[in-house]
Amino acid sequence: MARPARPKISWAWLGVMPFFLFTFLFLLYPSSTIVIRSFRESGSGGFTFDNILALFKSPYILGSYWISIKISLITALGGAIFGFLLAYAAIRGGLPSFVRLSLLTFCGVASNFAGVPLAFAFIALLSPAGLLISWMKLFGFNPYFHGFTLYTFWGLSLVYMYFQFPLMVLIIAPAIDGLRREWLEASQNLGASTSQYWRHVAFPILLPSLMGTTILLFGNAFGAFATAQALTGGQINLVTIVIGSELRGDVLGNPGIGYALALGMVVIMALAIAGYTVLQRRTERWLR
Amino acid sequence: MKIRGKVWAWFLIILGVLYFFLPLLATFLFSLKAKLGVLSFQAYVNVFNDPKFIKGFSGSLLWATLTIVVGILLFVPTAYWVRLKVPKARSAIEFITLIPFVVPPIVFVFGLVRTYSRPPLLIVDSPALLVAAYTIISMPYMYRAIDIGLRSIDVRTLTEAAQSLGAGWGTILFRIIIPNIRVAILNGAFLSFAIVLGEFILARYLVKPAFAPYMLDLGQNRAFEPAALAVISFALTWACMGIISLVGRGKGQAPVGGGH
Repeated sequence: MARPARPKISWAWLGVMPFFLFTFLFLLYPSSTIVIRSFRESGSGGFTFDNILALFKSPYILGSYWISIKISLITALGGAIFGFLLAYAAIRGGLPSFVRLSLLTFCGVASNFAGVPLAFAFIALLSPAGLLISWMKLFGFNPYFHGFTLYTFWGLSLVYMYFQFPLMVLIIAPAIDGLRREWLEASQNLGASTSQYWRHVAFPILLPSLMGTTILLFGNAFGAFATAQALTGGQINLVTIVIGSELRGDVLGNPGIGYALALGMVVIMALAIAGYTVLQRRTERWLR
Repeated sequence: MKIRGKVWAWFLIILGVLYFFLPLLATFLFSLKAKLGVLSFQAYVNVFNDPKFIKGFSGSLLWATLTIVVGILLFVPTAYWVRLKVPKARSAIEFITLIPFVVPPIVFVFGLVRTYSRPPLLIVDSPALLVAAYTIISMPYMYRAIDIGLRSIDVRTLTEAAQSLGAGWGTILFRIIIPNIRVAILNGAFLSFAIVLGEFILARYLVKPAFAPYMLDLGQNRAFEPAALAVISFALTWACMGIISLVGRGKGQAPVGGGH
């Protein structure tokens, strides 16, 4: 009589408790530490917005966000465009079918080949003594005399592209597969030109998927750390690099700002992933 | 019209192939130049004779193995139990498994170090923390692989059949469920393996021997050996992805991820 309707939920939930406990200890609690301490005064421990506001007052920190955002935007757009063209060429370009299969396999490898070894690979290719640069020198052209360097912004962007466009190919390939040939035939029967087909049929259908994947690529580059660290030795002030040096030696002078800096990254990543998820759901309506 | 499209398609593919292979070719050629004037595998010999390489590489192998074991022991029972008994927990758990995508590794390790380096939670030096962190980082892939595997078998019927024959939960999990989703588990395991092997940030900031930090340190004062390591690293990534596509035979998720 005393306890109605309670026991139904109780015991079965115990089975998933190890998972919740583990993820609480090693993911949720450490992450929430960042959030909480971003709003806590370092000395007194009281609630404050000062740490967040300090982010916007420091040109150094604003600059680091700006470089991170810029490199992520550029490599996301570049990776998306090149990746899409490549995937479309392999799938709908009338090429032999082995091309498609090998492209997807290569992309699976390349999107996982990043960090320190990737930086070394590009140093072997494009450093002043690198293979491609020595080939170019044979033809009397040294890009290093014309403003190119591997170790600054554009060099790093070129390296990021190596893991950006394969990810685009992997994610956009199913969407291109989903473009039915009947749609092209139907539009041709109705007298549409190729550009009209693209403008009014294919592009609008692919748009959510293209945008969503571009946002995902943005996040992919935004969180990257090891590649930039290995390539430039921490010379480029990406947000991730600043967090890395803060972790080694409190370079910001105030631990609270370090937390706020990390929180800012999480907020931007969360927006990116949320955008991707929403747009990907939209795509799935068409591509069954 | 058709011909022109085809030319464009080939042009793009060749451009992609060049972009993909030139850095690898350059690295490989460079790694052969350790001896002046001749091509040799001297850099590889040097690397394999370096005790620090053995330490870093075996460290990474150990972390990867432990990560896979912990992942299987934690995620298989959880995903199984969710399907069988508590479908209500599903959305919460799926949400948690995706959080590592939102928290970049550098922010993640920042949180871990700051949380666990003061008493009473002083465990930042423990290797267990590194394995736990790797388990978290590989969770989106491992959990999803396992969950997809479970979707393809009839969990309820298998469980009831086993129970009616007198099997306990341990027998059901280890002798029925796990063998039935072994392809999915292998998939997740090799992806986790590739991720841990290439991972730099966690090992560096939790100060444990591993492959990628060793590679970066070697790059500070050597020229040819780091190139040899990059080639080895690429071969290992390739092997992992090859095994995944072999066991999965083309289906399953696109293997996406890793420590950039």
